[in-house]
Amino acid sequence: MITREDVQHISWLASIKIEDEEKDELVEHFNSILEYFHQLDEVDTEDVEPTYRVVDLANIFREDVACKSLTQDQALKNAPRTENGYFKSPRIV
Amino acid sequence: MLSELKAKLLAESCEEYLCRLFERIEKSSLNAFTTLAKESALKEARQFDKNPDQGLLAGVPIAIKECISTRGIETNCSSKILRGYIPPYDAHVIERLKAEGAIIMGKTNMDEFAMGTSTETSCFGPTKNPWDHTCVPGGSSGGSAAVVAGGEAPCSLGSDTGGSVRCPASFCGIVGLKPTYGLISRFGLVAYANSLEQIGPLTHTVEDTALLMEVISGHDKRDSTSAKGERRSYLPGLGEGISGLKIGIPKEYFGEGVNKDVEKAVWDGIHTLESQGASWQEISLPHTRYALAAYYVIAMSEASSNLARFDGLRYGSRMGEDKDWHTTFSAIRAQGFGPEVKRRIMLGTYALSAGYYGRYYLKALKVRTLIKEDFLRAFKEVDLLASPTMPIPAFKIGERINDPLSLYMADVFTVPINLAGVPAISVPCGFAGHLPIGLQLIGPHFGEAAVLRAAQAFEAATPFHEAKPEVI
Repeated sequence: MITREDVQHISWLASIKIEDEEKDELVEHFNSILEYFHQLDEVDTEDVEPTYRVVDLANIFREDVACKSLTQDQALKNAPRTENGYFKSPRIV
Repeated sequence: MLSELKAKLLAESCEEYLCRLFERIEKSSLNAFTTLAKESALKEARQFDKNPDQGLLAGVPIAIKECISTRGIETNCSSKILRGYIPPYDAHVIERLKAEGAIIMGKTNMDEFAMGTSTETSCFGPTKNPWDHTCVPGGSSGGSAAVVAGGEAPCSLGSDTGGSVRCPASFCGIVGLKPTYGLISRFGLVAYANSLEQIGPLTHTVEDTALLMEVISGHDKRDSTSAKGERRSYLPGLGEGISGLKIGIPKEYFGEGVNKDVEKAVWDGIHTLESQGASWQEISLPHTRYALAAYYVIAMSEASSNLARFDGLRYGSRMGEDKDWHTTFSAIRAQGFGPEVKRRIMLGTYALSAGYYGRYYLKALKVRTLIKEDFLRAFKEVDLLASPTMPIPAFKIGERINDPLSLYMADVFTVPINLAGVPAISVPCGFAGHLPIGLQLIGPHFGEAAVLRAAQAFEAATPFHEAKPEVI
């Protein structure tokens, strides 16, 4: 069972702030959805390989040559905060 | 339809046709278009009128789902967090459309980040079903379906992660195709669940879908999952008929939970295919009942990773004063995402977190293998499968939105197809009262030609694609 504390922890992991008053509804929805997911436990998957991709693909390599890319202006155009031609992020340390 | 439109555009005026569409859109109450590219579209139409080019879609206007990148035209996935984002590049499919002379009319409403079955989770509010304005158009490509059904655009592109092209095609009474995974480049498609999704056309007729597939399919080295091989052609095989075609009827796709009118219309459809020379037999896809759970675990897990990029740094909204990294981003994401997107990111985060990965994500990937094997086994016996696209006709706006699990359940016959990566089309096959019903035809990997041929044979023998809603 997911608790209010679990929801708080998941919110931290997902980097989505939640308010106290949202927690009860999230607990209820999470528990009903997870309970539904638990029917997967019925399936015998012993010796079954997981499918990550439905089409068979190996790593795709290319030659290490420079090619055309976005200009600095194009890359920065949608950024809400920039400084001296860089993206401006909040402080990390 | 599109071939007649192309002739008409050449004989008359593309600009006038486009003006009439924009007039209609501006008066419309469907809330299906979100952004209009009126100026650039009219400019291209004038150019076409002066000097018509020879492309496969020369002069044809097309509407594009909000999650497909269009250079210079806002692309926001119907999410507050991406409002104002103007892509500096075109998606592969947009490059292809432009290369063949198509005119981008604008962007269409969708469930936020394609997470939904009703187009109600959009930050722009719900799109209305052209057949009944109190009903949803289906989702998540609800806007792309409604503009075609409502006569606001002759064709459109959507994307299908778990049924998001086929569901609205079914609810709006038009044709929608989810191609084989890898057939169409996802370059420029904003990722939700990247191992499941494909871009697909929404049109009035099967021939139009085939025409759009000719244009948008093919290898693109910028998508590492793009299938190699020769470009395929879909138009020449149409009209060849379906004599001798073996159709499997998966017994798990009928019975409990399926609306009686839907079940009857789909069986009538199967008998129509039989009258056209196909034969049918019952088959079993034994792991069907686990598909929804496996799908949602995988989709939410992939979403939690894909949507980690929305942090208000390179694009999107950034409010207030910056605090430390985690506090700032957590606040931006709390304000920018709607409830369903938050729910899916958080559940996906949980399913991938330490101690739960094996129980949920890895388990779901193994069940995915079993579901894919069900289909591979079926296609050793039969050429195509037929089923309802949706177990129900369109439901009322607001009816299910507060009960996420009941909304997820509506995807029961569409998600297995994405898990297996096979192609499937929805074609109109009747009505429940005044609401359209869709027949789903499913083919083996890269079996689009057979799917389209059967769908076209069905369409040629039935009147349902000709029915149009009374648009207010």
